Amino acid sequence: MIWLDALVCLLMVVVAVTATTVRNLVSAVIMVGVVSLLVSYLFLRMGAPDVAMTEAAIGAALTTVIFLIALRRTGEGR
Amino acid sequence: MTRTVVTLIALVAIAGLFFVLLGLGTPDELGTVSRHYVERGIAENRAANLVTSVVVNYRGLDTLGEVTVLFLSVTGAAFVLRRRERKPVDAKASRASEIVQTGARVLVAPIMLFGAYIFVHGHLTPGGGFQGGAVVASGVLLLLLADRERELPHGLMSWLESLSGFAFVVAGLAGLWVAGSFLANRGVLPLGEWNRLLSAGIIPVIYILIGLKVGSELAALLDVMMRGEAVAGGPSGDRHRGGGKRHGGGTSRRAGKKRTKGGRR
Amino acid sequence: MNAGTLYLGAGFALVLTGLACALLRRNLLRMVLGFSIVDTGVHLIIASVGSLAGRTAPIIDDPALLSDATTLAVDATAVVDPVPQALVLTAIVIGVGVTALMLTYIVRLHDRAGTLDVRELRELKW
Repeated sequence: MIWLDALVCLLMVVVAVTATTVRNLVSAVIMVGVVSLLVSYLFLRMGAPDVAMTEAAIGAALTTVIFLIALRRTGEGR
Repeated sequence: MTRTVVTLIALVAIAGLFFVLLGLGTPDELGTVSRHYVERGIAENRAANLVTSVVVNYRGLDTLGEVTVLFLSVTGAAFVLRRRERKPVDAKASRASEIVQTGARVLVAPIMLFGAYIFVHGHLTPGGGFQGGAVVASGVLLLLLADRERELPHGLMSWLESLSGFAFVVAGLAGLWVAGSFLANRGVLPLGEWNRLLSAGIIPVIYILIGLKVGSELAALLDVMMRGEAVAGGPSGDRHRGGGKRHGGGTSRRAGKKRTKGGRR
Repeated sequence: MNAGTLYLGAGFALVLTGLACALLRRNLLRMVLGFSIVDTGVHLIIASVGSLAGRTAPIIDDPALLSDATTLAVDATAVVDPVPQALVLTAIVIGVGVTALMLTYIVRLHDRAGTLDVRELRELKW
């Protein structure tokens, strides 16, 4: 199954690089959330279900929400 | 331009360092300390989740520090954006759609129950206080999104958070009193049988306290970030409403343009 | 290449990407996004150091993982390392706290200065 993990790693790095270069900030924030989600899958494959759950609940969900709230309050959320 | 070039050179150097580190690879065997935690974990703690026994018992002081850091960051955020008065909410802009309102009414109770399940069973299944607290905070976020004028009970949340943190320290002191070391697991509560709900001594109690504390803390953080207004100390308080006219002392400043060097108040 | 080296490499790539985003962009919010990516990469690196090949998660709910059923000693060659997982758990929670504080300061700064461009915030330069 290592080819699936390699594919997810490659996808994760591509999404991270795209989040750096995309122009719209809302898209960048959502892409960072997608990176968190893919990292959560990788944690599960490494045998760390606790860490995967924490990353999914806190990293992918709460961090994205906090970013979107900050985007809205500074007027960049178009 | 030199900034970009220097940054790129630094990044290339760091990439080279990483390449060297990648050649070392990852270890193949458990270290000495980890071997002790793994082999003696169930005999000493009776918690089926070894990560829980490491987080709460063997490295319990780190968890106390983590709870403190989270508390400090939420307090700092609430201090910067504290609410002075309720901002008058625009009635048309604040109605959530019908789906969100109905869905929130249906879903909030199962989400809270799920969060409570996660942190009560932290010693048996993957999970624990932090994950359960985050899920509970997500449930509160759903409530906030469905009804923009809902006021969260800040007094209750503040009391819950403070009492949970205090009870965590009291549990550690109880371990000190009974067994001789802070946050010890021997002797305060019976260890019980492995893989049952009422087992593992004081670990489930501590995780329940952490879950309540983190849940109320993150919910308060979300509420402060969504609704908090900076207490006006000058021209900032009227930026959203006035659009140009401002009162309060200080030098005049023009938004967005370069300001003159010096001449600060 | 085994799985541990793959995850390690992916973590390093994320750290480099996040550092590039934090250092080369002008918008404050993009800098915080870069720091968040660096955080995620560092967590991946730490967790990958603890993951050993062919072993299972350290949740002992199956008596087959015990090496000795009377003294409840666990087989040390059957589970992965639990200590880096505990460290990463702590690090994720602290990461969200620090990110929230950074974003709060940015919101306040935007209220006072009206801009999010770091080159126009010159009060601290000497």
